[in-house]
Parts: sequence; C-alpha cells; structure tokens
Amino acid sequence: MIENRKFIIIGVFCLVGLIYAARLFYLQILDDSYSLESSSNSIKRVIEIPYRGQIYDRNEKLMVYNTPVYDLYVTPKRVKIPDTLAFCRMMDVTRQEFDSIMDLAKTYSPVKPSVFLRQLSKEDYARIQDALVDYRGFEPVMSSMRTYPAHTMANALGYVSEISKKKLENQETPYYRQGDYVGHNGLEEQYEVELRGRRGIKYVMQNVRGVAKGSFKGGEFDTAAVAGKNLYTGIDVEVQQYADSLMQNKVGSILAIDPSTGEILVSVSAPTYDPNQLSSRFFSKNYRKLIKNPYKPLINRPIMASYRPGSTFKLIQALIAQQQGSLFTNTVYGHGGSPMRCHCHGGNNLRGAVRFSCNPYFYQVFRKYIYHNGNPNTFKASAVGLQEWHDHAMKFGIGQKLGVDLPSELRGNLPSVETYNRLYKSELSWKFSNIYSLSIGEGELLISPLKLANLAATLANRGWYIPPHYVKGIGKIGEGIPAAFKEKHYTDIDPKYFVPVIEGMRMAVMAGTVKRDADIPGIELCGKTGTSQNAKFGHAHDHSIFIGFAPMNNPKIAIAVFVENAGWGGVAAASAAALVAERYLKRKNEAQGLKLQEWLMKQNYMPPLSMLPKPRTPKKPDSTAKQPVVKDTIRKPRPMMTHNDGASRSTVGGN
Amino acid sequence: MARNAELTRNIDTITLLLYISCVLMGWLNVYAAVYSPEDQTSLFDFSTNAGKQLIWIGTSVLLIICVLVIDHKFYDTFAFVFYLFMIAMLLLVMVAGTNINGSRSWFKIGSFTLQPAEFAKLATSLALAKYLDQPGINLTKQKDLLWIGGIIGLPALLIILSNETGSMLVFASFVIMLYREGLPGWIPLTGITLAALLILALVVPPLYLFAGIAVLCGIVILLLPRYNRTARSMIGIGLVGVAMMITATGVDFFVNKVLQPHQRNRIKVLIDPNVDPLGVGWNVTQAKIAIGSGRLDGKGFLEGTQTKFDFVPEQSTDFIFCTIGEEHGFFGSLIVIVLFIALVSRIVILAEKQRSKFARVYGYCVAGIIFFHVLVNIGMTIGLMPVIGIPLPYFSYGGSSLWSFTLLLFVFLKLDSRRTNSLFN
Repeated sequence: MIENRKFIIIGVFCLVGLIYAARLFYLQILDDSYSLESSSNSIKRVIEIPYRGQIYDRNEKLMVYNTPVYDLYVTPKRVKIPDTLAFCRMMDVTRQEFDSIMDLAKTYSPVKPSVFLRQLSKEDYARIQDALVDYRGFEPVMSSMRTYPAHTMANALGYVSEISKKKLENQETPYYRQGDYVGHNGLEEQYEVELRGRRGIKYVMQNVRGVAKGSFKGGEFDTAAVAGKNLYTGIDVEVQQYADSLMQNKVGSILAIDPSTGEILVSVSAPTYDPNQLSSRFFSKNYRKLIKNPYKPLINRPIMASYRPGSTFKLIQALIAQQQGSLFTNTVYGHGGSPMRCHCHGGNNLRGAVRFSCNPYFYQVFRKYIYHNGNPNTFKASAVGLQEWHDHAMKFGIGQKLGVDLPSELRGNLPSVETYNRLYKSELSWKFSNIYSLSIGEGELLISPLKLANLAATLANRGWYIPPHYVKGIGKIGEGIPAAFKEKHYTDIDPKYFVPVIEGMRMAVMAGTVKRDADIPGIELCGKTGTSQNAKFGHAHDHSIFIGFAPMNNPKIAIAVFVENAGWGGVAAASAAALVAERYLKRKNEAQGLKLQEWLMKQNYMPPLSMLPKPRTPKKPDSTAKQPVVKDTIRKPRPMMTHNDGASRSTVGGN
Repeated sequence: MARNAELTRNIDTITLLLYISCVLMGWLNVYAAVYSPEDQTSLFDFSTNAGKQLIWIGTSVLLIICVLVIDHKFYDTFAFVFYLFMIAMLLLVMVAGTNINGSRSWFKIGSFTLQPAEFAKLATSLALAKYLDQPGINLTKQKDLLWIGGIIGLPALLIILSNETGSMLVFASFVIMLYREGLPGWIPLTGITLAALLILALVVPPLYLFAGIAVLCGIVILLLPRYNRTARSMIGIGLVGVAMMITATGVDFFVNKVLQPHQRNRIKVLIDPNVDPLGVGWNVTQAKIAIGSGRLDGKGFLEGTQTKFDFVPEQSTDFIFCTIGEEHGFFGSLIVIVLFIALVSRIVILAEKQRSKFARVYGYCVAGIIFFHVLVNIGMTIGLMPVIGIPLPYFSYGGSSLWSFTLLLFVFLKLDSRRTNSLFN
C-alpha cells in the first residue's frame, strides 16, 4: 500500500512539469505581449522624478522654487570623443577630473548611464548642445535645482543635495537610489516626504538605437509620478530680510513668533550665507568654504545654540514665586543680605524689580521660593524647593525639546535635584547658597533662543503657548499641520500674576534697562533684557539678550534676540527687537526707528578672529558631512560653580 | 584507466548522463548570461563567471572521484557525525562568518567563499536516513515524528537565524521522503492547504476567498459518494471550511493590522512582486519579458538581449532560467524541465530498488531536495512562485551550490552502485 506512494510522488513530479510547461507555452507562444516586436527591442525603465514642492512665506511669497537644469549622463561603452582636450575645454573640466569621472562611471557600469556633470544651467547647456552631436555616449537629462529668490533663512531651510551613503543604506523601505537628491537639514529634511512627492516609473520600449517606441503593455506596469506638495511657512519674508540686515556684522539670532498661533515669523541666524550657494554645481566648493569659516555660518543658531538665559529668566522666577504664594506684587526687598551687586537704587517692589532687573531682589525671591516648604533642615528644604522649582519651570518648555519642526533641536538644560546630587557627589550635600545663581538665570541653566522666544510668547498669552513651528500648511495654507502644533500648553500660572510682571516689562522698555530709543512710539513693546556671561572672552564680550512682545494688550509678535559679544545689557538686542516689531506691526519704520536702525547697523560686534578657536580640520566636502553641532562652537558656557561665594560675587552681575 | 572503469562500472548510466547534460548546459548558459557582443570573452576566461564555473565543474569531478573511492559504509557509519559537524559549522558561521547581502552565512577564505547552509541539506539527509534505518520506526508514532522534526528543525532554525530564508524553506522538501516512508497523508495535505491559504489570503480579497472556500466545500460534498453523504461528513467538511476562513482572516488581520507597513511590504512582495515595482517586481517583470521574448525556438545561443545588460538581475545565479528561456525558447525550456523531471523520477525509481532502508530514504531526500529547488526556482522566473532566492541545481553559477548538489547526487549513486555490486557477489 505504502509502496504505491512512489507513483503518487512521481505523478506529482510530472504534474508540476506539465503545469510549468503549460505556463511556458502561454508565456512564450500564446501571450505575445512579452515577446517584443523585434528581437532587438528592449524595455527601458524610465524614472520620472516629480517636481519638488516649493516653499512659500505666510503671505504666499515664494521663498524656494525649482529652476530647470540639465544633468549630463555618460554611457562609457558608447563614448566616442575625437579630441579629449577640446572636449574638456568645452565642458570646463580638467583632464584629471574628466579621467576620474569616467573611471567612476566605468566601475559603476560600462553599459548603463551614469552622471557626468550635474546641474548645467540652461545657458551652459545651450552652449554645448550643438557640439554634443559630435561626441557619442553623452545624454542630457532634464533635472531641477533649488533656487532661493529671497536669499534668506538658509539655516532654517536646509539644502538639497545628493543622498549620503549612510542615508542610502539606512532606508527602511528602499526608495532612494545612488545619486538621488534629498533634503538635508532644516525644513528640506523635516518635510522631505511631503516635498519630494512620489516618483513614477515608466516602462518604455526602445529599439537598439535607444529610440523610444511607446510604452510597454499599454502602461500596465507604469506608476505615475506624484508632484511634491508645496510647503507654506509662517515666515514673513519681508521682515525676515529686514532682520537679516540688522544682524549684519553681528553674531546671534532673532526669532519672532506669532503668540496666538505659535507660528515662527522671523528666524535669523547670523552670520548666515546665501542659500543659493549650496544649490549650484559648485556645492562642494561652497560647502567646503562655509565649513571652514570660523564664524560657523552653517549652524542654525536659533535652535542649535545654547546660552545662559541671564536676567530674562527672572520673569519665570517672578511668575512661579507668585503662584507658589511666596511673592506678592507689593513685596519689597533691598540690596542688603544678598551676595549680588546691582546697578539700581534698591528697595523696589515687584514691578520695579522687573523694570530695573534688580539682582538682589530676585536673589531674595528665589531664596524665599526654595525655603517656602518650611523644612527646618536647610539641605532638605533646598532639595524639596528645587524639585518644585524644576517641575514648574519645565512647564515653560525649559530643559526639554519644544518639538519645533526642524531636525536637531537641542534640549538645553534645566538643573534638577539629580544634577546637584551628581555635582556635589551625594544627596543633601548642597543647599540654597550653592545654587543661588539660578535666581538670575546663571549657573547650570542652558537655553536656546527658540525657548526664550517661546517664553516671550507665553508671557504675551498670559500663561500658555503653542509649540513654535515653521509650517503654516502643506499643499495649502492651513492644511496638513501636525496636531501637536495646534495644542495649547498651559503653565499653570494664574493670569493675574502676569499683570505686575508685564507692567514691569513695559516700564523696562519705557524707562528702565533698555536704551531709550528702543521705545518706538505706537508699538507698546514690553520686554526684558539679559546678559549672558561669556567668561571666556571677558565681560566686554558678554552676550546681549532681549525678549519681549508687542503690543502690550492683544500681542501680535513675541520676539527673542541674542547678539553675541555685544557687551553688558540688552541695548543691542532690544534695539533689534524693537525695530523688527515695528517693521512687522507697521510694515515700515518711522523717524525714531530709522535713527535707531542707523545706529544699530553701524555696530560691529564680530569677535576678532584671534579670539576664536582654531577651526577643526575641515571634513570632506561632500553632502555626507554633517553640520557641526553646537558642542564644538565657542558659545557653550561651562556651568559655573557657585559654591564659592567670593568667586561668584565677582562674576555674577545683573543688569 | 582500469581503476576508473572499476569506479564507474556500477554507476547508473542514465543518472550520470542526466547529470552531465545539466552541468554542461548550465555552464554554457552562465557563459551566455555574462557574454557581451561588444566585449567578447572566451568560455575559458577565468576572470568571468563562465571561467570560474569551469573551475567549479573541474573540482566537482575531483569530489565525485573522492565520493566513489570512499567505502559506502562510511556514509552510513558517520551520518550522525556529519550532522553534528554541520550543526557546529552553522553555529560557527553566525559568529565568524562574513556578511554578504545581509546574511551572515558565508565563510570567506581569501577570495573563496563557502556557504555551509548548502551542505546542511546533505548532512541532514544522511542523518534522517540513518535515523529511519533503525528497526521499529513508525511515522505514525508521535515520538518518532518529534525526533524527525528535531533533526530537520535544528539546522533549519540555525539557517533562518543567519537570515537565509530561501535555504531554510528547502527543508520542507523532506516531506516527500516522509510521505513515502509512511507519514499519514493528511499531514502534507494540511501543510499544502495552509501554505495555499497563506498566499491566497494575501492576494485575494477576503470576501472572494470566503466565497471560494464555500464553493470548494460544496463541490467536495457533491463529489462524495452517495453512501458517504451523511449529515456527519457534511458538518465535518463545513467545519474544515470555517477553519480555513478563520485562518485566512487571521493571516489578513496579522499582516494588515499587526505588522508595520515596511514589514508588510516585505511579505507582500514575496507573493505579489508588483508591490515593489522598483525592486523585486522589476526582477519578475524582466524575467517574464526575457522568457516570453524567446518564443518557440529562442533567439539563439548568445543572441539574447534581455538577459544581457543587467536587465535581469542575478542572471547567472538565481535567474539563470531566463537565459535558457530567451535564447532557446519554448523547446529549450521544455528540455530543461524534462531533464529535471527525468532526473528526480530516475532517483525515485532507483531509491525504490534499494535493499537497505538507509539508501532508499537517502534517495528520496535527494529527489525531494532537487525537485523543490526546481519547483521554486523555475516557478519564480515564470511568475508562479514567490521570489525566493535559491539556485537552480547544476545550472546556477556558484561553487557551493554545484558542489553540494554534486555530493548529494553522487553519494546516492555510490550507495546505489553497492546494490548492483551485491548482485555479483
């Protein structure tokens, strides 16, 4: 019985043989669509790369579009060049370059086309088009190049260039091929999938001479290309360009937000570069130059730089202390009992303390806050108080990523109980006297301009913020915005506690720490200056900070400005902020503003080259090189050890 | 010369001729696949795949001589030793192997690579033969089935761990031998049904699939002999149908809801290559075009266009059948299929003649393995099987594959020659 199974098995073998023979009969004889018209025809796969989406500003002004260019492909097997030297001269390449490109192409495949020259402009192409007839094996392919008519915001936009080897290998689903263009950094990387669209594949029949003979099988296997979606940003490009001009000869950033929506209006990183530099065929050369520049123009400072917030942090202190119940509008502190120096006359109430940025006042506020829990053991009380402080300050987005729609946002640092336990090697080994520099935004605090702008927006909204973001619409204004950019985050501060703080900020601009000219009429700017210490360069080169919003009621713009090395106080930063706010609110600058503008534009705060660290050996100038992160820049301050009172007295200065 | 004659005297001539035809045709087609009219190379140019294949063929002849010289008892006696050695090699390759195309399953010695998974089939076949050779083994007993499952499962698991899914699936071919040795018929039937359901559930919309299953159950009931058409048998068939539907729904749910999109694509692409028109889909379309363009008598040796210029990927290894289809047309393809069916049938016939159970079981293993490779490899190029990268025996370019199939076959022929010998003794 079981022996008979051999017949079943041989039967199955024969059955499979028959089925396969029948299938082959169908494929090879009955279905002649697979057999091409003549034996020399073949099918070519043509990849259609769709247009990359354009980028617009909030008023639908074009910021990025595509210019048609030509990529020249070479098929090494078919190449016939009568005079190589003449050819090189025409193509504007050296003999060595020519040889290395051809070698590379041959290694890839002698019979498949590979790139010979990329991104020939229309003019270049017109010049060589006629001559190309004499040279066989070269084939032009239409392509496109990013063009930036506004010449601004290079850092936040990012750039488009050939995909790096690492990215190519790390794809989850294979989409990109070698030589494909892909967004790097900035919005181009963040919104890559939306901007690129989906490429299509066409199967085209062609004869031996490569002449297309129509689509294969009526296009049954073709997929259509889907054009990339346009990206609408909240940027106001006109104000952006104006802010750029204010930051000439300065290092730093300006970030402005519409507080009611969280949309970023202005995003300046200075010094910067013209984005068009990284989209031509001279990409490598220009990239090499930028990466060698000691002022690091490739860093997107608004999100990648960290500073100590300085006196601007007093605003958070004032709010959370009121909420805690340890500070009242009419609380008055003098200068006595504080290890800090101050420039003001002392004896202020809360409004006055904000107005004059009184250091001893906020020393007392913070002390009261930390010890408010009443624990008799000052070490324990400090730990409990700091934990409360940490948790509440975090509600303002400090010490965490806000989730802005750019890659490489920094977390910054908001010191917690653990931070000091680590610093002082054990628990309960530190107390208020070790951490009091936090009261005026010094010490271990680290913050990016983005977070300070967000703080300005939170103040403008009297207690909530929407995470700052660039996108205002994908495909259409208002569409495709991630839900996270519509969600309000509350700080759990009662709106009434904002009243004295904001009044103090208004007075600071009118007659306080700010240069008098910055109070431009009709703007109603409320603000707070700060100085971020820059111990490395000496106090003459402290960073000038200003955060604020305008107008006072129903604010339309919240703004944070950092001007590096501009010296003590917020003079430079406040002037820039006032001018940007005026330009945004009034669309023009009036008499007083123009005077201020003239003064500000004349200021040169570029640190001398001799003070900058030597540039690292430049990386290979290809797109695989990453942008340097802020760790390597001059700006990251070392956490200041504050347990030595004598030392901190001389270094802690407010404004 | 005399020694040679003695060595080959009792070797089955038909099998030997089939083997030689396959290897020679394979070599010529590897040459055709890499041949370029603009850059003519010799068949004997050792820098091309064709030249290298000739080296593999030469070394295979040496292997054959070794196999024939060694005493037949050697394979029987050391079957388990081979098996354990193989397991050790599979473990070692995971640690010390070289990563080629995403799977760490190759030993690299100089420019020479060797894939132990290829040889695992031989060792497992010998071990199975040895195990089943014991008296009192019964394939309806659970204990024996568990042991056999273990012998097959262990190397299969190790191979899948080194990411060689294709080679692992080959171990399913042992079911042919087990069926012959008395495995209850419902086990392979259930297996085939499950595999078919898995594939159908991914390709056919659930509603159609349910309708199809219902119709199938109806037909089975109608086909039942009248005396068997009881309520009980009908309910039984109905239950089987419902079970099939539940399985199909489960697969559908798992693939579409539980898996991540990119994992889903990886599975779907196995079944329906058009899911990934740039990758696997491209291969299958090109393979079909190449074969289809061969028509009745093909374009002639070295005249193919589709299998040159890299239109068909892996054209000298996994997709070698395309070259045959394009250059030699329907006739050529048919000859290859007939050759293979003749080879596996011949092995089965020889296996049935064996006096020792060891030789018979081993013979069936060999037939099953070769059959499975042919089934999947040719099936994939003509769009009847999912794209699983396993070679076409004796045709595909590659040393490990040619060596392992040669060893597999000639160990059997050596065992078989012993049978004829004994007639004279």
